[in-house]
Amino acid sequence: MSLLTRNVVRTLVQASSRNIHSTGALNTSKPEGRVTCTLIPGDGVGPELIYSVQEVFKAVSVPVDFEPFFLSEVNPVLSSPLENVVASIKKNRICLKGILATPDFSRTGELQTLNMKLRNELDLYANVVHVASLPGVKTRHQNIDTVVIREQTEGEYSALEHETIPGVVECLKVITETKSLRIAKFAFDYAVKHNRKKVTCVHKANIMKLGDGLFLKSCEAMAKLYPTIEFEKMIVDNTTMQLVSNPQQFDVMVAPNLYGNIIDNLASGLVGGAGVVSGASYSAEHVVYEPGARHTFSEAVGKNVANPTAMLLCASKMLRHINLLHYSQQIYGAIQNVLKDGKVRTKDLGGNATTDEFTKAVIYNLK
Amino acid sequence: MQATRFLKKFVTSTNTRSLASGTRKVTLIPGDGIGPEIAAAVQKIFATANVPIEWESVDVTPVRNPDGRFGIPQAAIDSVNRNQIGLKSPLMTPIGKGHRSLNLQLRKEFNLYANVRPCRSLEGYKTLYDDVDVVTIRENTEGEYSGIEHEIVDGVVQSIKLITEEASKRVAEFAFQYAKDNQRSKVTVVHKANIMRMSDGLFLRCCRETADKYPEIKFEEKYLDTVCLNMVQDPRQYDVLVMPNLYGDILSDMCAGLVGGLGLTPSGNIGLNGALFEAVHGTAPDIAGKDLANPTALLLSAVMMLRYMDLNQHADKIQQACFATIKEAKYLTGDLGGKAKCSEFTNSICEKLN
Repeated sequence: MSLLTRNVVRTLVQASSRNIHSTGALNTSKPEGRVTCTLIPGDGVGPELIYSVQEVFKAVSVPVDFEPFFLSEVNPVLSSPLENVVASIKKNRICLKGILATPDFSRTGELQTLNMKLRNELDLYANVVHVASLPGVKTRHQNIDTVVIREQTEGEYSALEHETIPGVVECLKVITETKSLRIAKFAFDYAVKHNRKKVTCVHKANIMKLGDGLFLKSCEAMAKLYPTIEFEKMIVDNTTMQLVSNPQQFDVMVAPNLYGNIIDNLASGLVGGAGVVSGASYSAEHVVYEPGARHTFSEAVGKNVANPTAMLLCASKMLRHINLLHYSQQIYGAIQNVLKDGKVRTKDLGGNATTDEFTKAVIYNLK
Repeated sequence: MQATRFLKKFVTSTNTRSLASGTRKVTLIPGDGIGPEIAAAVQKIFATANVPIEWESVDVTPVRNPDGRFGIPQAAIDSVNRNQIGLKSPLMTPIGKGHRSLNLQLRKEFNLYANVRPCRSLEGYKTLYDDVDVVTIRENTEGEYSGIEHEIVDGVVQSIKLITEEASKRVAEFAFQYAKDNQRSKVTVVHKANIMRMSDGLFLRCCRETADKYPEIKFEEKYLDTVCLNMVQDPRQYDVLVMPNLYGDILSDMCAGLVGGLGLTPSGNIGLNGALFEAVHGTAPDIAGKDLANPTALLLSAVMMLRYMDLNQHADKIQQACFATIKEAKYLTGDLGGKAKCSEFTNSICEKLN
């Protein structure tokens, strides 16, 4: 009962306060009740970035409750069991996640990383990273606006490896038709939904004729079903070369696991680095929001220098996903303003501001 | 230890071979499309510079071998085996069944285990990145390009990435020796051992072990994605990069993109049975025969070849003439934003050599 009263009062307070500040142009529904979101701060600077998100959420009283889990592969003693985290995400269906560090070896000799296990457990098959030039961020290239869609449950990340005889190691890359068609369909559906014109399939079918050949074939088959979307194929090495010389030509890109990883990072580098690009991993049921270029930035832990932009953008996207459009736009607008002003810039963007100062600037711009 | 023997040859040593030791034969594969034009340009420049080299031009148009498969003619193979050094213009790989990729075949035939691609920003041709100076060294015989693939059941394919200690050690050794010989200060191994813990783990371990033998060279380990991210932001932080096959393929093309494309970057393949230097760009059939192609990549590859043959003085002279012509920007070919013909560009380099 008391919970209900509190919610009602809070909703009323928020509604009224929004009336004061709202620009009037937004037609957003009143939040009904509160939403719970699983939270995985991750390793490296993850917790600092999450703290930044929480501060911003607090400042506008976003009706989202976090269910935090410390999940880590490099710190197995403190890590929550994966089952609990998975259960929480299955229940909440949304999750905000920092980056998990993946060491080169596992204590238990396992080949699968924690990241892979989480993705496989939830079947988070599609990773979407929207790479776009940001206002006020000085980079070599301008007007980049591309979406990288990456299959992330098979391919090179199958963790099937063995040492045939000492000194000879085999690593299997698995490509299946089902999963290739699924990601291709996702990419084309995404393109249609977001008014995109072109889908580029990134592959290396000239060398891996069967494996990447199957992926390419699946994309080609799917392309036939979407006559309004232009389809194009490009070999991965050429893609990277085109990306650094003429990145504006790309619209939506779809790639198997490893190539997706490469392109995500390369494209992120073009627009300002790992600190400013957000991403999301989708399954049929759940979404996990995490920065687009996955780096823990562990050398900066505790130094208060990391750029929280990527994580804040993730949070803004998460709010949009759960239909809290008003809060989403409010936060998004504030980030844009801070970046455009260029007065408060973190180290990666050539400034001297700390993470806290950047967060404060965003909060100040929320109004 | 054949490897080390060939490594020693790759040294940019101070004592150059004297002309008195006679001319040496080099196999020339003129290739397809624009290949013959740019090969002719290189020959002309070499003749002007009096390089003591005799070209042995061979045709590699596939012929049917006794086993019924199409492949390189035996005469061409014999020529490269005899001379142990080759220069190759771009080749067209015929599409269709029954043809093995000629590039692959050449690679196999001469055990070309390391692919070296220096990428340097050229003065005079402005790109968005003007401070690139990296060398990518790529393992060239195994990895993802092992060619072992099969369809287990319908719709499920497995491709095998093969990493062996022998090949990994060999390329690691080459990378460090290259760094030492070319006065480079750092070698970065690019890997993905966090995902492929055994295969890339083995490659990484081999590099670590080799690094111990070269205490004067700085050694660092980077994930492939990190290198991609950092390379486009600040290419200055990298020097020599060594990596398995696929990563090398991707990164070398990306670095070429940073400095202006494959038309400007040389490439060398070092093997147990010889070395093959080549231009890795396409055959550009659309401009073939029109005297519009840019011979820079093949010329710089030929310069790399001269260094490999210890003809450093000639190498320096030709390289300077080539860079000067590009810097001057008077005779630039279409791909560099100029209007000059291939022959004008070539003549300009020749003039500087005289």
